[in-house]
Amino acid sequence: MSLVHMTLTAAPATAEAAPAIRRRPSRAWLGLVLPVGIAVIWELLVRAGWSNGRLVPPPSVIFDTLWDLAKSGELWTHTLATVSRVAAGFAVGVVAGTLFGAVAGYSNLSRRLMDPTLQALRAIPSIAWVPLFILWFGIFEQSKITLIAVGVFFPVYLGVMGAIMSVDRKIVEVGRAFRLSGPALVRRILLPAVLPTYIVSLRSGLGLGWMFVVAAELLGASEGLGFLLIDGQQLGKPAQIVAAIVAFAVIGKTTDWLIASASAPFLRWEDRFSARGEER
Amino acid sequence: MLLLDHVGKTYANGVRALEGVTLNVDRGEILAIVGGSGCGKSTLLRAVSGLDRPSQGTITLDGEKIAEPHEKIGIIFQEPRLLPWLTVAENVGFGIAHLPKAERERRVTRVLDKVGLTDKAGVWPRELSGGQAQRVAIARALVPQPQVLLLDEPFSALDAFTRTDLQDHVLALWADLKPTLIFVTHDVDEAVVMADRILVMRPRPGRLYEDIDADLPRPRDRQSAAFDFVKRRVLAALDRSLDRAVSVDDRQDKAEQGAAMWW
Repeated sequence: MSLVHMTLTAAPATAEAAPAIRRRPSRAWLGLVLPVGIAVIWELLVRAGWSNGRLVPPPSVIFDTLWDLAKSGELWTHTLATVSRVAAGFAVGVVAGTLFGAVAGYSNLSRRLMDPTLQALRAIPSIAWVPLFILWFGIFEQSKITLIAVGVFFPVYLGVMGAIMSVDRKIVEVGRAFRLSGPALVRRILLPAVLPTYIVSLRSGLGLGWMFVVAAELLGASEGLGFLLIDGQQLGKPAQIVAAIVAFAVIGKTTDWLIASASAPFLRWEDRFSARGEER
Repeated sequence: MLLLDHVGKTYANGVRALEGVTLNVDRGEILAIVGGSGCGKSTLLRAVSGLDRPSQGTITLDGEKIAEPHEKIGIIFQEPRLLPWLTVAENVGFGIAHLPKAERERRVTRVLDKVGLTDKAGVWPRELSGGQAQRVAIARALVPQPQVLLLDEPFSALDAFTRTDLQDHVLALWADLKPTLIFVTHDVDEAVVMADRILVMRPRPGRLYEDIDADLPRPRDRQSAAFDFVKRRVLAALDRSLDRAVSVDDRQDKAEQGAAMWW
């Protein structure tokens, strides 16, 4: 029976796989059509003299600005400052969020004890903490990193707690039936089961981290991509502002992609709607 | 030998799911438990597995008290409950992680061969059909070589053809190691095909009602008169257990319908 089964399923699978592979590159390009198209049109409009491009600089000017910043080494200084703030805040936020989320998800008592407080804190717009953080931690790195960590903490906390609470009881029972100890149950059942949700919450945490680093740097910094924004506004250099925004977009997307692709090998087992035709 | 001594289970909400169940199961015996819904079949099985603790009475296996999952007792659930992040082979080897790698691989390969899934060793559970997934679950429970194997309506989610196929599979596997098999089922045919002894339970509170010998030669012929005789005894006991007033000629009809499934 299984032989018949295999040949039956094998035939259409190979037939489908071939065109899917050929089509893939064109699909990736599809995402670039809109931004590149708009950039080219804007560039042409400015070149043709339809707009002076002073307030909305054309791509070529933005590129020049980025190039100049890169040549003078400023771009690296600012990028490094911003990235290290996000990295530090993200690390603190993820560790705290994971620990609190795991404890709250695992134990009903701790959830009843601390979840209401944490939810109340979550309702506070995080920017509201800034004055307090500056009083507590000063105007330098510590207050900025704390703000970013607070931003990262909540999505990670909520994601981990929700994921642990929603692990299928039946699967946990399999672990019990095979007499797994507490730590083994966590390592062999709970962790793999929550991994997909965890990755999603890490990614949204990182997104918030990038948001809050801008807020922190706008409120007072002498370096960082956020400082470039403020500096560009105060000196009337829109190209520098857009250049900084472009840098944010590129770095933000890259870090998100890093998390996504680092986790991909661990999530190949997922039975996802979006995975149709990716593998088989 | 597995001994149940006045086992009872009362849930926190006061429901008496099981009361005064006393039972001996010999080593290597195949025992089927049938009964209407809510008669405590699954509760009984879960108590034997150690996943739930009985509120009264004791369960002992070769003199050892069972109060939590035991290495000599394996369980197969109604759903395969495979871990989706492990391949088929890793799922099968889940319960023997403490053994050295070579021994683990040897046992997994052997049992996968026995359930006819050698070619699926490396695939994810999502790629299996329902019957294949349940075969993997059976393999996973068999790999630690349990002395007692519990099956909680293991085939009820499968189509009739796959079900018959798996019944034969389980019997073939049983002949190999001769573990004690205790299975809960809704399907009287399944009980008569597989079991040495069929326990009929009655509800509210769940307790044993009748103990029917199904001492037919194996392999069993579903068409034989002896098979039919045992089946009718079980169906009649089931009807009585549910306090149904059944007239004699009516019972004949019931038995015919019951050939498929009687609930």
